[in-house]
Amino acid sequence: MKRRFLLTAATVLGLSWLSPAMAQTPPNKVFRFVPHANLTVLDPIWTTAYVTRNHAYMIYDTLFSEDAKGAIKPQMVDSYQVSKDELTWTFKLRAGLEFHDGKPVTSTDVVASLKRWATRDAMGGILTTFITAYETPDANTFKIVLNQPCGIMLDSLGKASSNVPFIMPARIAATPGAEQIKEHIGSGPFVFKADEFKPGALVVYTRNAKYKSRSEAPSGVAGGHPVNFDRVEWVIIRDPQTQFNALKAGEVDMIEQPSFEQYETLKKTEGVKVEDFFPAGLQFIMRFNHLHAPFNNVKIRQAAMVAMGQQAYINTQVGVPELGRLCRSMYPCGTAYGDEDTGYFTGVANPAKAKQMLQEAGYDGTPVLLMRPTDLASIAKLPLVAKQQLEAAGFKVDFQQMDWATLLARRAKKDSPANGGWSAFLTAWTAGDISTPLTMQMFNAKGQNGWFGWQDEPRLEYLKNRFARTVDPKEKKKIASEIQRVAFETATHAPLGQYQSPSAMRNNVSGVLQTPGIPVMWNIKKN
Amino acid sequence: MLSFLLRRIAAVLPVLLVVSLVVFLILRLAPGDPAAAIAGNNATNEDIAQIRTQLGLDSSIPVQYGIWIGRVLQGDLGYSFYLSKPVTELIAQRIEPTLALAVGTVILAVLIAVPLGTLAAWRLGGWLDRLLSGFSVAGFSIPVFVIGYLLIYLFAIRLEWLPVQGYKSLLGPAGAGPWAWMRQLILPWMTLAMIYVALIARVTRASVSEALTEDYIRTARAKGLTERAVLLHHALVNAAVPIVTVIGIGIALLIGGVVVTETVFAIPGLGSLTVDAVLNRDFPVIQGLVLLFSVSYVMVNLLVDLSYLFLDPRIRY
Repeated sequence: MKRRFLLTAATVLGLSWLSPAMAQTPPNKVFRFVPHANLTVLDPIWTTAYVTRNHAYMIYDTLFSEDAKGAIKPQMVDSYQVSKDELTWTFKLRAGLEFHDGKPVTSTDVVASLKRWATRDAMGGILTTFITAYETPDANTFKIVLNQPCGIMLDSLGKASSNVPFIMPARIAATPGAEQIKEHIGSGPFVFKADEFKPGALVVYTRNAKYKSRSEAPSGVAGGHPVNFDRVEWVIIRDPQTQFNALKAGEVDMIEQPSFEQYETLKKTEGVKVEDFFPAGLQFIMRFNHLHAPFNNVKIRQAAMVAMGQQAYINTQVGVPELGRLCRSMYPCGTAYGDEDTGYFTGVANPAKAKQMLQEAGYDGTPVLLMRPTDLASIAKLPLVAKQQLEAAGFKVDFQQMDWATLLARRAKKDSPANGGWSAFLTAWTAGDISTPLTMQMFNAKGQNGWFGWQDEPRLEYLKNRFARTVDPKEKKKIASEIQRVAFETATHAPLGQYQSPSAMRNNVSGVLQTPGIPVMWNIKKN
Repeated sequence: MLSFLLRRIAAVLPVLLVVSLVVFLILRLAPGDPAAAIAGNNATNEDIAQIRTQLGLDSSIPVQYGIWIGRVLQGDLGYSFYLSKPVTELIAQRIEPTLALAVGTVILAVLIAVPLGTLAAWRLGGWLDRLLSGFSVAGFSIPVFVIGYLLIYLFAIRLEWLPVQGYKSLLGPAGAGPWAWMRQLILPWMTLAMIYVALIARVTRASVSEALTEDYIRTARAKGLTERAVLLHHALVNAAVPIVTVIGIGIALLIGGVVVTETVFAIPGLGSLTVDAVLNRDFPVIQGLVLLFSVSYVMVNLLVDLSYLFLDPRIRY
């Protein structure tokens, strides 16, 4: 008897050793996703980091959202009206919206969230200049009263990329925009499991059983948000080879951004497929420092742009021909304002012409201090191409290699290149961030108060202001094109090619939505 | 011995003070601004300045150091700039995987290397000795990540015996259970142990082979002791001091190896926390980790010194 008891006990103990997670969620109800970066900051208003924005889409909801065609559709909003004089916008929230803490979503929460967002977001800041007052006549209704008609109300409230006006409880949104929020409670389709969050390792979300999904079909980040998993785990794996191995072994279901080097291998790997959920893709750019020589001379900036050939950037950095696309437009091709009427800028390197332009501009040999972030694989090769193309056109290049954190600090310095400043850097933007004149940071031409590079160009600011006030879409398109014309004329920055960054997933994964660059976890299924 | 112990522990404090000051200064003087890194691509200079103020980075360096060291003396290592969590909490979250990896690696390396080195010394020039020499060259020269990928390919992808990556805690309500816990660590242990097996086995071989030429070994054999007794009770014991020393050095060197191994196997330990903190210029986390590593280093050295007392009765402090 005693022996039998011992054997039984040993067996039970042994089995519990072998399968300690027997009581856990069934495998097809868990989705394991490898995000493109480690999630460190959880406040989507405090930072513009894409990984934080993507995390926020899991747990927060938005008033409006962008569909797959780029149209802004109501999300938390049920209906809205604009007064005849176009000065009062009245929004009604959908009934029954609830935060994860069980409290209802009210107009007070919405106004507090919008106010906090507007302190951090550039477009929100522009919208604020139109606003006279927010009003909350009842718990489900809020009004925005304007001082003049505004053409960017819906574009701002339905802004899909950082910073997105996510709605949080008023007590949390009362946190100043310069401080991080401490609680992470939204009304979105997933609930953030703060107790299971291990920065650098694991982010866990569970299904929000009380989520009120819209009845429309999912489209982009708009429409219904049907959730097919009880639990979503973001598994942080830094090493691209380990990501690949984990996907191959079925330990994870999807990699957001596998490295380009693995693209061909992934396509040939059994049990794995590659899909692009982000049709507009990303764009490489080179930004000039307009404050200091040599790029404080517009003619020299134009010469540099003529020296740039997009194909070389795509070949070198992406390396997969089918993922690259030549696009002369500063707004990404395929988006609403994409326009390839770009004057002298052809996107094809012309060193002879650039050399001639340099001579005409009176270039005195001042070196271009070009910064290269060696640790950021996604853009690290770009400056190597830029160096070669600039030198071929007769520029002297002072090539400085550093890590990304150092580059970020250095590009904020307004000193001359000889005193710790810089002349040019290269980076990549997702299409969503540069698809309108108001979100394109390189069009921020407020001089010393502008974006890095500090261009001072009143014409650009004037046209942006007109764009914000214009309601008619055709007129807006015209103004957007005019802004781009001025941007090329003044050489704000050089667009260096567009590219796709597809995701890799197991074959049994379906329903991945096409979005403006945001990997959303709703609608996805695992068979 | 007690006075030696007290003196050594007392000597730790100035060491830590100097380390803290040097690390603090290096971080503040090195290029890179945490505020710029936090603010992201869309930020303007105004945003960055706001974050700098919020993080207290606009104060002078002596003031910043004074505030930080004052808190450290009260057991508070500060808050991570990024994660808004106490550094002590972050370290507590990450220390288990690193300890599991490091301790397991050392145990595995010692269990393999000491017998291997002893046997190689016993039959100098034999096949085992030559095999060990070859293995040592390979162990020293093949990078840790290459070994890791090869083992993953063989045992995780081809044979599907072991997982590719990840770490689940042994402890706590969501603990993996002992077998699952061990399974996920077998490949990382093997990967990281390779170089330590090479190192410890080489030193053991050299040390034991030297001991085997001593007069007391001849005497032991003349007494009629078995070769096993001669090796274990006379040669190995007398060769133990250099072996223990190299194991101690190996533990200190593990810090570097752990970073690479944690990356290859996606283990969320102190190594990856260090890399993230350095790349993001998360000063409080870097400072906390360097202090922790310094304390560990000093303590390992102390333990090694103390072990000499037991291994060699002639040593007195």
